[in-house]
Amino acid sequence: MSGPPSGGDYALDQSFRGIAWFSAALILALVAYIVIEIGGKALPAISEYGLGFLTSTDWNVQTKTFGILPQIWGTLYSSLLALIFGGTFGIAIAIFLTQDFLPSQLAAVFRTIIELLAAIPSVVFGLWGIYVLIPLLRPAANWLHEHLGGIPFFSTSLSGPGLAPAALVLAIMILPTVASISVDALRQIPYKIKEAAYGMGTTRWEAILKVMLPTASSGILAALVLGFGRALGETMALAMLIGNSNQISLSLFAPANTLAALLASSFPEAGPVEVRALMYAALALLAITLIVNAVGLAVMKFATRKFEAER
Amino acid sequence: MSDSQQVIASTTRGFDQPALDFQPKLHHTIFETRALKSGFLTGLTWIAALLASVPLFSVIYMLLIEGGSRLSWETLTALPPSAFDVGGGFGNAIVGTVVMVGIATLVSVPLGIFAAVYLAILEPNGKLSHTVRFLAKVLTGFPSILAGVFVYAVMVVTMKTYSALAGGVALAVLMLPTVVLAAEQAMTMVPKKMKDAAYGMGCTRAQMIWKVVIPTGAPGILTGVMLAIAGAAGNSAPLLFTALFSDYYLRSLTEPAASLAILIFNFSGMPYENQIQLAWAASLVLVLIVLVFNILARIIGRQKY
Amino acid sequence: MNANPEMMVANTAPAHNDVVMDCQLEKVFYGDFLAVRDSKVPIEKHQITGFIGPSGCGKSTVLRSLNRMNDLIPIFRFEGKVSYHGQDIYDKKVDPVVVRRYIGMVFQQPNPFAMSIYDNVAFGLRLNGFKGNLDERVEKALQGAAIWNEVKDKLKNSGLSLSGGQQQRLCIARAIATEPDVLLMDEPCSALDPIATRRVEELMIELKGQYTIALVTHNMQQAMRVADTTAFFGVDISKGSRTGYLVEMGPTKKIFEEPEQQLTREYVRGEFS
Repeated sequence: MSGPPSGGDYALDQSFRGIAWFSAALILALVAYIVIEIGGKALPAISEYGLGFLTSTDWNVQTKTFGILPQIWGTLYSSLLALIFGGTFGIAIAIFLTQDFLPSQLAAVFRTIIELLAAIPSVVFGLWGIYVLIPLLRPAANWLHEHLGGIPFFSTSLSGPGLAPAALVLAIMILPTVASISVDALRQIPYKIKEAAYGMGTTRWEAILKVMLPTASSGILAALVLGFGRALGETMALAMLIGNSNQISLSLFAPANTLAALLASSFPEAGPVEVRALMYAALALLAITLIVNAVGLAVMKFATRKFEAER
Repeated sequence: MSDSQQVIASTTRGFDQPALDFQPKLHHTIFETRALKSGFLTGLTWIAALLASVPLFSVIYMLLIEGGSRLSWETLTALPPSAFDVGGGFGNAIVGTVVMVGIATLVSVPLGIFAAVYLAILEPNGKLSHTVRFLAKVLTGFPSILAGVFVYAVMVVTMKTYSALAGGVALAVLMLPTVVLAAEQAMTMVPKKMKDAAYGMGCTRAQMIWKVVIPTGAPGILTGVMLAIAGAAGNSAPLLFTALFSDYYLRSLTEPAASLAILIFNFSGMPYENQIQLAWAASLVLVLIVLVFNILARIIGRQKY
Repeated sequence: MNANPEMMVANTAPAHNDVVMDCQLEKVFYGDFLAVRDSKVPIEKHQITGFIGPSGCGKSTVLRSLNRMNDLIPIFRFEGKVSYHGQDIYDKKVDPVVVRRYIGMVFQQPNPFAMSIYDNVAFGLRLNGFKGNLDERVEKALQGAAIWNEVKDKLKNSGLSLSGGQQQRLCIARAIATEPDVLLMDEPCSALDPIATRRVEELMIELKGQYTIALVTHNMQQAMRVADTTAFFGVDISKGSRTGYLVEMGPTKKIFEEPEQQLTREYVRGEFS
């Protein structure tokens, strides 16, 4: 009944393996191609504007002066704010889900809520931001501006889109990312460490703050870095909420702009000169996000290795 | 004396002195600082959890009320209205989204699975594998707009037209990392003993993969695919300058195409009540599509071989 | 030291000491499952009380009931009383966290925190707000655990960088740093090699001068070497499920040489395990 594989079988085997290798190589080539393509298209702009591009503040098609400092500022400022809010809430939720605060069914329900939050598309958040969040924020923001306008953060009023609603929506969007990576980090802690902590007579919060969080610290750090990376690359909700105004301001209520939003709003109508400058901006965005994500992954790898060694 | 002070007091004797007789104070005191701190922090955490749920419920509410009220057969089939029109719908956008996500799936899934085969089975420790694995993980955080920029430069410019095809390819670039990583994990988790059994029966590598690994790992692979599709459907940035938009139903793949995401984006900024309502209705449909795929992913993921 | 350590029996018909903890267990449930019943276990001061018995007899459950560690399991229920210095630790008004501050525990698997050796030992002291000379107390604890010389130059290294036996001695140091008067040890040597086991056993005998130790072990020879008093637990399968209970308790020598119960005799002769 049995017989050796046919010639056809061998041929299939070889071609199958070949295709697999080719696919893997294609992915590598794709990434290289992306970098080369964007970088290549940006070269003319790089040679024309040099590094001054990164520090000048005008974006004027007529006078051909381009600079992305306001956008870099906007990107970093909004992402940082988002990280502060989204990060703290994300970690709080991770603690909430893993440290026996809820019976397991409720915890599953809550986990679903967070996953649903992650599933909502960026544009929908943008829409919600315009018609729900901004009207909600406006009275509070203007109150803060009137009474505490001396503080730089509140130095302008909120008329419509601005940094605050954009950063808040961004925080909501990265919260699930931070939460789920932190949950994994906390779950990875061997049960015996928890036993040791309680055995020493810690209250629940003493165990969380003095043992669980420090032990999971690298994983949580990775969660924050990766959340930050996600915030940096976020486009649509920001384009709809941040105001697309190329200015630098500390005020939370002033309109601003980010690299991604700049690309989203300017690209469709851009002429060839502007397109070159936009490619330069795209390259800057690519560089920033790649670096931040690579760092985040490295931290995460370090975190998992800590427990692997001990097993 | 507080509990802590008592514990320390009882232990300040030297090693060779006899133990002091003491009465440990074991009882609760609700108002002691430690218990108060614990209760306070727990309260804060509960507040944080509830606050985090608010946006979700608010969005769902708006979708159902604003969007649901506009949902009708007309909305789902008619074409987008212009400035002062009444009525209209986004049938073409639904078709456009389905078509482009379909293209993206057709491109990214086979490619992703084959690459995963290489990473998980053929050369798990090779240099190419390590690099690709790392890149795939980095790419999961790739800004979606840059995928659009890339495909613009490569396809739109060369083809001299915006197209559904370009849109689909841009979405494929974003789906690829998720598919590769999920498929790789699913294949790695197939027990070694099953793979050994296949070899033992005289399978070639390809036969073992095709007949054992892929069928066994199918739930995991499909979960990844479903999640990638859900993500792609909601993605608008890459379509901005690849597929652009269209007010008509799609006639060919090489012309601009409408999509739900871009429709929402365009209409959200308009000062017309009609368009804004349609934006909400479109959001509802989009979220439903995304939800369906997420749920499918969960159901499939729960099946074990 | 005896020339033949294997045959060493704890030297003693000990003088009758004060009872530090008196466990009067009536029933212990995990959900609907009756895990242990009817076990009166007095723990005497400055002695090592050993709990032995076949697997499933509940010896670990009883030990962990002594510092309310079982409370971490939601379906656990304790009926009875555990008297500690005259107070019932299962009284409704008692805070289990406080109980665990007075009673230390060493676990089967060494479980140092992912911190430096110094921070591991200092953990309990810091937790209780110790304001004195931390370095001095850390050194004292490490010396007490017979590991000072091996780690004194690398106190900043992670606790996880030590070998298994060293990690367990670190856990002992951590537990004795606050000098609890009772130390519970749940099969502390089962994850260790014979040499490390021997060191920990010698340590236990040294420690009993200052502490009171309750020890669970599945190794009869260990109980013979180390325990002053031994409690033998058996499994009751008469009602269809496996419920543990205290069969017999007394001076180690008696339990192993002239036990009163038939079951005990069979167990110590190795007729079942």
